[in-house]
Amino acid sequence: MSYISVFDVLGPNMIGPSSSHTAGAAVIAFLAHKMIVPPLKKVDFILYGSFAKTYHGHGTDRALLGGMMGFGTDDVRIRDSFQIAAERGLAYRFTPCADVTDVHPNTVDIRMENAAGQVMTIRGESLGGGKVRITRINGVSVDFTGAYSTIIVVQQDKPGVVAHITKVLSDRGVNIAFMRLFREEKGHTAYTIVEFDGRIPEGIAGPLRDNPNVHDVMIVEP
Amino acid sequence: MDFKSAKELLALCRREQCPISEIMRRRECVLGETTRDVADHRMARALEIMRASATQPLKNPVKSMGGLIGGEAKKLSHHAAKGKAICGDILARAITYAVAVLEVNASMGLIVAAPTAGSSGVVPGVLLAMQDCYKISDSRLVDALFNAGAVGYLAMRNATVSGAVGGCQAEMGVAAAMAASAAVELMGGAPEQCLDAASTVLMNMLGLVCDPVGGLVEYPCQNRNAAGAANALVAAEMALSGIRQLIPFDEMLDTMYAVGRRIPLDLRETALGGCAAAPSACERCAQCG
Repeated sequence: MSYISVFDVLGPNMIGPSSSHTAGAAVIAFLAHKMIVPPLKKVDFILYGSFAKTYHGHGTDRALLGGMMGFGTDDVRIRDSFQIAAERGLAYRFTPCADVTDVHPNTVDIRMENAAGQVMTIRGESLGGGKVRITRINGVSVDFTGAYSTIIVVQQDKPGVVAHITKVLSDRGVNIAFMRLFREEKGHTAYTIVEFDGRIPEGIAGPLRDNPNVHDVMIVEP
Repeated sequence: MDFKSAKELLALCRREQCPISEIMRRRECVLGETTRDVADHRMARALEIMRASATQPLKNPVKSMGGLIGGEAKKLSHHAAKGKAICGDILARAITYAVAVLEVNASMGLIVAAPTAGSSGVVPGVLLAMQDCYKISDSRLVDALFNAGAVGYLAMRNATVSGAVGGCQAEMGVAAAMAASAAVELMGGAPEQCLDAASTVLMNMLGLVCDPVGGLVEYPCQNRNAAGAANALVAAEMALSGIRQLIPFDEMLDTMYAVGRRIPLDLRETALGGCAAAPSACERCAQCG
């Protein structure tokens, strides 16, 4: 997405009322839901800045919950997402946190829990025009947009893991656009985020997991 | 096939002997690595959403999430149907469609941001009104949308379309500039005339602040979509009559951006000033959603 497309100008096709507060919120939650194994059981949203102040009138809450259930920005089901979540047995809660000011104005923390009891927290920022950025995974600072096909590898911060990842990718002819490593501290959990053009080859997660220091692999397609 | 300014766009139009819409379509095919059919199909889908959002509230009005608007399109439509419209057919239709789209947007319906959600009524308002009045085919409206896209792209690239950055002049101003340029091409105007019309709109909406009541995309946003549609038609008419503009579109974009950055923060989408700070607005907001 290195150029401004005519469909960035006439688009996104979206459920209103706001590209940053509604469409962007849906995109952040949509990315989040791709990062945890379904089915989801419970989700908490902590809203900051302008999200905290105007989330109800902008439908930010419905959009977040809709994105969490896999609805795109143009999915009319977003309007009814409270009811649909209830039908699906997905528990949810919104906590506005207006007094925190050292964050981007449209920030949300999403804490997800699936049926297997796995818990994951991500932070997303809505940048306007439906564009977003994921800035934290489980408390570790990261940075990716979801505009590209993205592979997230959760790993032990040990030598050789990155070489393993690039070998698996190059064996399948994947051309990397960006690749970055994020870690909380030396030797602990690290995240390798790989973004590239085109679709992610089928069945790539298996070989990526085939390394003792790889804990998990998440695949996020735009 | 890329261009970075209106000047470069006009040079391409001259070199290739084609309208702005065609240059923008070719640019999309090259940079987006896609085909004409795919790009046209996607634009036709945008047009379909625009039409649905511009017409549904005429029959089925909906209340907005914040409760500040709802039902305006139906009122305008009834008023015109009784033969009482003082704006004439095309403007009456354009403002009706424009406010309708905002009504859909504010009630969590499906719209096409053009270039933003808050200004999404202007482009469909003008284009669909022209289709009604001049029997224009859908495929020509798709062309017109590519033309509008070229103008909006230049604004996104060289200035801003965000109310938080540049005020309403950046959102509604650019939306109306897009609509004006597209309208000129639809009526057979030359590329220079299209961009003169876009330039005129930015001039006429220069300095407009973004002051949404309650911070919601409802009021005065809906009114200003109607005003944007009117501004677009005025500018298009002037350009089509052969009136040239002293200040070219590139310079008007720079001007709009420079003015936008000097608009105080209170008047840039923060809901702290302007209409948002009027006593009646504050009183009402105590009850907003």
